[in-house]
Amino acid sequence: MNTLGKISLFKTTVEEVKEISKDVFVLSFLRTEEFIPGQMLALALKPDNQPRLYSIASGKEDEQYQILFNIQHQGYLTPRLSKVKVGDELFISKPFGSFYGSMEADWWIAAGTGMAPFLSMLKSGMAEKKTLIHGGRDKASFYFSDVFKNILKEKYIPCSSFEKTDDYFQGRITSFLKKTKELSRERNYFVCGSSEFVVDVRDILIQRGIPYQQIIAEIYF
Amino acid sequence: MEKENLFGKTLIELQEIVVKAGFPKFVAKQLTDWMYKKRIRSIEEMRNLSKPTREKLAENYTLNFPAFTNVQESVDGTKKYLFPVKPHQFIEAAYIPEGERATLCVSSQVGCKMGCLFCMTGKQGFQGNLSSAEILNQIFSLPEFDNLTNVVYMGMGEPLDNLDEVLKSIEILTSDYGLAWSPKRITVSTIGIIPAMKRFLEQSKANLAVSLHSPFEEERKKLMPIESVYHLPKLLDTIRSFEFGGQRRVSFEYIMFKGENDQQRHINELARILNGIKCRINLIRFHPIPGTPLESSSNETILRFQNGLKRKGIVTTIRASRGEDIFAACGLLSTKELVKRQKNEDY
Repeated sequence: MNTLGKISLFKTTVEEVKEISKDVFVLSFLRTEEFIPGQMLALALKPDNQPRLYSIASGKEDEQYQILFNIQHQGYLTPRLSKVKVGDELFISKPFGSFYGSMEADWWIAAGTGMAPFLSMLKSGMAEKKTLIHGGRDKASFYFSDVFKNILKEKYIPCSSFEKTDDYFQGRITSFLKKTKELSRERNYFVCGSSEFVVDVRDILIQRGIPYQQIIAEIYF
Repeated sequence: MEKENLFGKTLIELQEIVVKAGFPKFVAKQLTDWMYKKRIRSIEEMRNLSKPTREKLAENYTLNFPAFTNVQESVDGTKKYLFPVKPHQFIEAAYIPEGERATLCVSSQVGCKMGCLFCMTGKQGFQGNLSSAEILNQIFSLPEFDNLTNVVYMGMGEPLDNLDEVLKSIEILTSDYGLAWSPKRITVSTIGIIPAMKRFLEQSKANLAVSLHSPFEEERKKLMPIESVYHLPKLLDTIRSFEFGGQRRVSFEYIMFKGENDQQRHINELARILNGIKCRINLIRFHPIPGTPLESSSNETILRFQNGLKRKGIVTTIRASRGEDIFAACGLLSTKELVKRQKNEDY
């Protein structure tokens, strides 16, 4: 992919690599700049490589940047990224983007690693009154579920599309959104994930009467 | 093993291929002459290559021009062609004749990942990038090829999300070894991927069209999620800082949405943010897509908006609606034909 043809990258150092689920990693590296929760970084293995964008998953007071990624086996970057070691160099942009959260009773809606910006917001003290709807295939897909559950309580709603368990809503996020009676026209809906996910969710919210102006989307471009 | 397509390759790529195959470098120029100037459809037709050369090339290479599988014609002469790319994947090209001008609107991706609220293509999701051959095939396989005066990259997909292939296709359209078109005949549209736009401006001479649709960041963000990533002020600063020269044009596309982006405050803000950019605004009627919460502004409002912008000194045109009876807006035909992938989405 060549979406990012020209973007300034700076050297940083890997401080931790952790596989939190099969093929899903949290990468921690030296933080150099202030950021606003919801912002992202462009990241590459070498300064002349094509960078990719990743939402920052760490909190604004944390000493490190953290990002989440899952290995795209046909891709170039993520298989290599999964093999970096502590002390390795990476190249990152300054934080950018404006998928900013708020202190209101917003709904956060994410699929898979799309919860990264919401994790950043949660770690930055923005979780009060929030509802997180998180879609995944099975229990192993609900990354940081303990953290979210501990703070959001019953407003953490994992939707399991494959694995059946009493703890979760059985079915896809789209099914949940079609059924739930909790949607309110007064709230903002922050949606993060692939374009297909975002378009599907946005269509359902609009069908259910949510004004499009209250839907803020972040797409994994 | 599937044979590699020679069509769509640049002269340098072809030189690498022929040298690797043991032929002299000039054979690459012979290939470009046959493919891009004489527009032959098979290696066998390359008569100034020796038979052994043709046979050796044909062992590993081919010329591939998938024919369109469907065409719809509007009462106004607009034609929409449907080209197959892979099984169950289709792209559209719209041929729009208008007096002495004939424009082809080509696709650059199958589907799109930008998720703009008003766009039908986005509903397909993203299915893949087109190769330069697949982009150029829309032009070379067009029955009206000889009438074409202009090509616009405004069909399915975000061209600057597939920049390498788009640049290759423009090189073939404009190089002496290719069609030798003036880059003034080509316009590439983008929603504003700033880093890729910088590369496009530096590495091509084609015109630039930017999908604007609102001068206010917060409002634009709700219509176009890309605004959360690449902000409008920075996008405009990038354009402002680039030396376009006398010939190259930059225009802003502005779809008119009733009550959303068609008010006096939008005129005032457009005048403010576009200050210092020599450009044109192209106002476009919105053709509603299924399930959209948006409506088109009335003709009267669009005219009022145009006059308001003109009074601010901005060259403003209203794009004539074409092919409405065949739904010529991109994405509608291919979405109808699309067989949804049987992929088990995780969400």
